[in-house]
Amino acid sequence: MPDALLETRQLRKRFGGLVATDDVSVEILTGELHAVIGPNGAGKTTLVAQLAGEMQPDSGEILFACHDVTRLATAERVSLGLARSFQVTSVFREFSALDNVALAVQRSVGHSFHFWHAARREPALREPAEALLTELGLAARLHVPAGNLSHGEKRTLEIAMVLATKPRLVLLDEPLAGMGPEDSKRMVQTLAALKGKVTIVLIEHDMDAVFTLADRLTVLVYGRVIATGAPGDLRSNEAVRRAYLGDEAE
Amino acid sequence: MKSASKGLVVTAATLATLALLPPVSLVFGQDFYIDLFTRIMIFAIAAVSLDLILGFGGMVSFGHAAYLGIGSYAVGILAFYHIDNGFLQFGVAILASALIALFIGWVSLRTSGIYFIMITLAFGQMIYFLGESVNQFGGDNGLNIERHSRFAALLNLDKPTALYYFVFAWLVFCLGMGWRLVESRFGMVIRGAKSNETRMLALGFRTFRYKLVAFVISGAMAGLAGALLANLTLFLSPNIMHWTRSGEIMMMVILGGMGTLIGPVIGAIAYLVLENLLSGFTEHWQAILGPFLVLVVIFSKTGLLGAAGAWRAKSSHA
Repeated sequence: MPDALLETRQLRKRFGGLVATDDVSVEILTGELHAVIGPNGAGKTTLVAQLAGEMQPDSGEILFACHDVTRLATAERVSLGLARSFQVTSVFREFSALDNVALAVQRSVGHSFHFWHAARREPALREPAEALLTELGLAARLHVPAGNLSHGEKRTLEIAMVLATKPRLVLLDEPLAGMGPEDSKRMVQTLAALKGKVTIVLIEHDMDAVFTLADRLTVLVYGRVIATGAPGDLRSNEAVRRAYLGDEAE
Repeated sequence: MKSASKGLVVTAATLATLALLPPVSLVFGQDFYIDLFTRIMIFAIAAVSLDLILGFGGMVSFGHAAYLGIGSYAVGILAFYHIDNGFLQFGVAILASALIALFIGWVSLRTSGIYFIMITLAFGQMIYFLGESVNQFGGDNGLNIERHSRFAALLNLDKPTALYYFVFAWLVFCLGMGWRLVESRFGMVIRGAKSNETRMLALGFRTFRYKLVAFVISGAMAGLAGALLANLTLFLSPNIMHWTRSGEIMMMVILGGMGTLIGPVIGAIAYLVLENLLSGFTEHWQAILGPFLVLVVIFSKTGLLGAAGAWRAKSSHA
């Protein structure tokens, strides 16, 4: 069996009477694109927040690259190579697209207690950022303030920022949220191109995208994992159909 | 014109005007203006220091006059004990302000928004009341400072013109430092934290420590302004630490234009010149200054600097 890059063991998180994460144990294998699906309120976003270190689980463990990261701060997890994007677009609106990515690059090249040299003139920051944006198809939009980019471009910019931190695993929280069919298609292509280069955990509602892209799926319902497996196996899984896919198919 | 080069032109013009002011005012026999503009430049340094954290870092510190006071008291207290070595006085002023900013920032930066404003205000008031209660150094009556800081034989701050250029040099130094700072990697981090702190954290930046260092730099710079102010007024008074003074410094920043370096300088000039002119006409000068400030803020979110830019853009279209 290949090594798990990210693993959760009996993860639990409750908000008052609501158990948002209920005994979740999943293994994300090195190099795979692992989708996490589930109806609204299944606890997907809560799970991502715990994996990224923004929220502490009540109990259970999170292991990343053989480290117990359960109590580590976000910054330390990023240093180990675990980065996330957001469901709601989160960029630096006043900065240009290039500045956004260059700031993320800056994180990957050591601390930022440099007080003298102009950051916008440092090739070490600008060149990798420009290369990443070009690769993702934003070469013509480098100097546009991020706030003025289209929705699809902003989502792509976010992917670029996540990649700029040189992660081993990226958590993508609904990268297709709010996109039209054209943008969705482009994003699916982008993700397909990324697949294999970096381990991806993809939270997504768009079933077509999920079944096109994912190597394996985990299905969450009411905070519980009800099934894990390859897309083909899960399509025929009765519990999954009833809990989730059934609603979509009708 | 690109906004960066426009900023440079405004900065150069402002500094050139300030550099030429003493000889011109001496020619016209109006040496009163040398005192006024020394004071203005000192407050400009304080406003620039506040803008570093407020305009660039999004930290609304409402206790900035405290550092002005600490710098001022450092000079005054040392002078009280007949220690008038300027290097020592200014060193202590800057270091003491930095240390107190380190403590205040370390506590306050755990909060944000309205809580941050309130905590910095509370610390500012604490220091104000401390100054008011130490009777040995004058309490609320204040205390005269016997002599100016002594630096070297060449620099005699007893002469108003010498003091003026001494302050001017510090202002230029602070603007230069501030410019390097906001353009640096460090500057990008604090500007990123202002723009979207959640994003910065997710990218793995420990924003707290960057913001804290910015807060300390800002406090130290305001402390420097305090040391200069003590040399101008030769008088220590807790009044310079009153919370309304913190409000005035913030008003200068907002009036001139937050998030630019020359903005706070323009703001300090506009605020103090208006105060001076209006108080010559009427004792109710605040009734005129107040509405003026409100109008500037309503019609230009980027202060006088932004308003002037917009007006020029409009007139060049016509």
